[in-house]
Amino acid sequence: MAEFKQKAFGLAATDTSGVLSPFHFSRSTYHYVNVKINRDRENGDDDVTIKILYCGVCHSDLHSVKNDWGLTQYPIVPGHEISGVVTKIGNNVEKFKVGDRVGVGVLVNSCRTCDVCQQDLESYCPKMIFTYNSTDKDGTTTYGGYSDTVIVDQHFVLRFPENVPSDAGAPLLCAGITVYSPMKYYGMTEAGKHLGVAGLGGLGHVAVKLGKAFGLKVTVISTSPRKKEEAINKLGADAFVVSTDAADLTAATGTMDFIIDTIAAVHSLAPLLSLLKMNGKLVTVGLPDKPLDLPIFPLVSGRKMIGGSDFGGIKETQEMLDFCGKHGIAADIELIRADEINAAMERLAKSDVRYRFVIDIGNSISNL
Amino acid sequence: MAKSHETEHPVKAFGLAATDSSGHLSPFKFSRRATGDDDVQFKVLYCGICHTDLHYLKNEWGVTQYPLVPGHEIVGVVTEVGKKVEKVKVGDRVGVGCMVGSCRSCESCKEDLENYCPKIIPTYAAPYHDGTITYGGYSDIMVADEHFIVRIPENMPLDAAAPLLCAGITTYSPMRYFGLDKPGMHIGVVGLGGLGHVAVKFAKAFGCKVTVISTSISKKDEALSHLGADSFLISKDADEMQGAVGTMDGIIDTVSAHHALMPLIGLLKAHGKLIMLGAPDKPLELPVFPLLAGRKMISGSGIGGMKETQEMIDFAAKHNIKADIELISADYVNTALERLTKADVKYRFVIDVANTLQQS
Repeated sequence: MAEFKQKAFGLAATDTSGVLSPFHFSRSTYHYVNVKINRDRENGDDDVTIKILYCGVCHSDLHSVKNDWGLTQYPIVPGHEISGVVTKIGNNVEKFKVGDRVGVGVLVNSCRTCDVCQQDLESYCPKMIFTYNSTDKDGTTTYGGYSDTVIVDQHFVLRFPENVPSDAGAPLLCAGITVYSPMKYYGMTEAGKHLGVAGLGGLGHVAVKLGKAFGLKVTVISTSPRKKEEAINKLGADAFVVSTDAADLTAATGTMDFIIDTIAAVHSLAPLLSLLKMNGKLVTVGLPDKPLDLPIFPLVSGRKMIGGSDFGGIKETQEMLDFCGKHGIAADIELIRADEINAAMERLAKSDVRYRFVIDIGNSISNL
Repeated sequence: MAKSHETEHPVKAFGLAATDSSGHLSPFKFSRRATGDDDVQFKVLYCGICHTDLHYLKNEWGVTQYPLVPGHEIVGVVTEVGKKVEKVKVGDRVGVGCMVGSCRSCESCKEDLENYCPKIIPTYAAPYHDGTITYGGYSDIMVADEHFIVRIPENMPLDAAAPLLCAGITTYSPMRYFGLDKPGMHIGVVGLGGLGHVAVKFAKAFGCKVTVISTSISKKDEALSHLGADSFLISKDADEMQGAVGTMDGIIDTVSAHHALMPLIGLLKAHGKLIMLGAPDKPLELPVFPLLAGRKMISGSGIGGMKETQEMIDFAAKHNIKADIELISADYVNTALERLTKADVKYRFVIDVANTLQQS
């Protein structure tokens, strides 16, 4: 099947060392399978071409370039926290116009017809297509935001509200929705309730800000005492528990209505479960590469719950961005140049970032 | 001088007790408190044998105080009521389940969830308000605060009703609380024992489709033709399990032995719920990926509050739900416990206390 190609340039990893290097590849255009493929245009009728300005560095990018989950097809161009401006729109596109500030998150397509897609829950569609390392409907591989342009079906493009900056807003497209969605789904938005946020990284720090915006009391649970001061003074957390400190844990036992667990490494669930009140909910959004130990007794004797959540549907992602715009919420970022990506990933592996790296694509990708 | 079990309280009682972690039961003379203003005293007719009794008898959880008189699926007929008692009168058919006291003032108690009260007093092996140890239903007479008594409707046979007081509420409560009670839902039941078989019956009464998941092919026939399950999966048969992936709205897991969660999580539809009722004594492995990828949830539940226990009994009476029991005499109880360790019972032993528990 012929594809129309638009040249694009980005950073790709070609092996499991995860080291990223410049890579020329082709952006293909595509159309829904039940509509004739339009061979005369670069950009399909429903598509939007985006000049990428910024791309967040998500821990999933690190997992993927290192093939931690065994799913990576090399070469891989990661990046699913993309923000930029519209440079071209297809004939059917009415939601956006050239010049609009937009973003793309974790998905670029889904089947659009199944039950969950109909309920605006595209992130649970069995046929969802990820922004990178996936096979698109036309058989081509998807390449992510560590690149200068991306072409996406308008349905999967998000509008950036006025006061969400393109750089600090980029991480909201994965980190933001990944904590916002379960906070809504599992009912963590009741003002006055007590939320624990386990892990203070890209996801965790946004969860703290959202938690405060929902009117919750927020306690950060972390293994790093050095994060305490900023958690309280800068991020607005009400309290800080060092999870490796027995006295801290005991004092906080049975005090939390919910916990968002953002920890990406294998870790112990028992101490976190002990922090929950009766009927408390622990929601895990981190993706350790091995199973965790789940003690059943606290679930039975306290009717406590552990649930998962992936990222979120498109409608909800837009809702989250609008909410952040209204409450002045954006990520705390460290802006890096494209040629600094490998060093940034090494620091990310050691949790050495406050709290998300964002690649200044617009100003640095063409210099590679 | 410390009072002996026989003289601790004014009312003579007789039962079966274990005196050490061999768990062997033998005749035991003891006493019950006088019927206080809020108390109901009843003659015990039947008592179900719950697997928890076995855990306690052998001190598997390290909390047992001997001598231990187990039994928390107790039914009988009222013999005396205290001055302030309004719920029941002499001659009424009543039951007592897993608890006989709670603080009555905390948040859980106020929400009719006495089972989650931090000061809950279990029916046996725990200190009561007066400091004495509670004794359970493997005995001829029982006294309990009116609040912890349930009424058993006339049309329910008492022997088959007894197991509902633990097995029944333990499965009914989470099915209601987690919304796994809607007609047309597909519910999986893991483990076909005392809890499992009652879960199947409740689920069918709720209008759900029910699949039993078990390691024993021998249970298939009965599950389908007698209990009314719609289908049956052998959990060790990879093909069968694969065929059922992503089909269930909820799974009620009654298995207390160590087992794999991953295949069960796989059986759930997206947003499905796995509810643990058995409590393995070591942590189980939780694969996080499938939980996230389907926004699935794992929770647990323990018995139920008094209000919902009465509601469950009334529901069971209305829908003609009772346990499938093997009625045994008191002198068979040690053998029954042996068979229970091998899951050799369809599906609950019930001691015919009134007719067979006799002082020699």
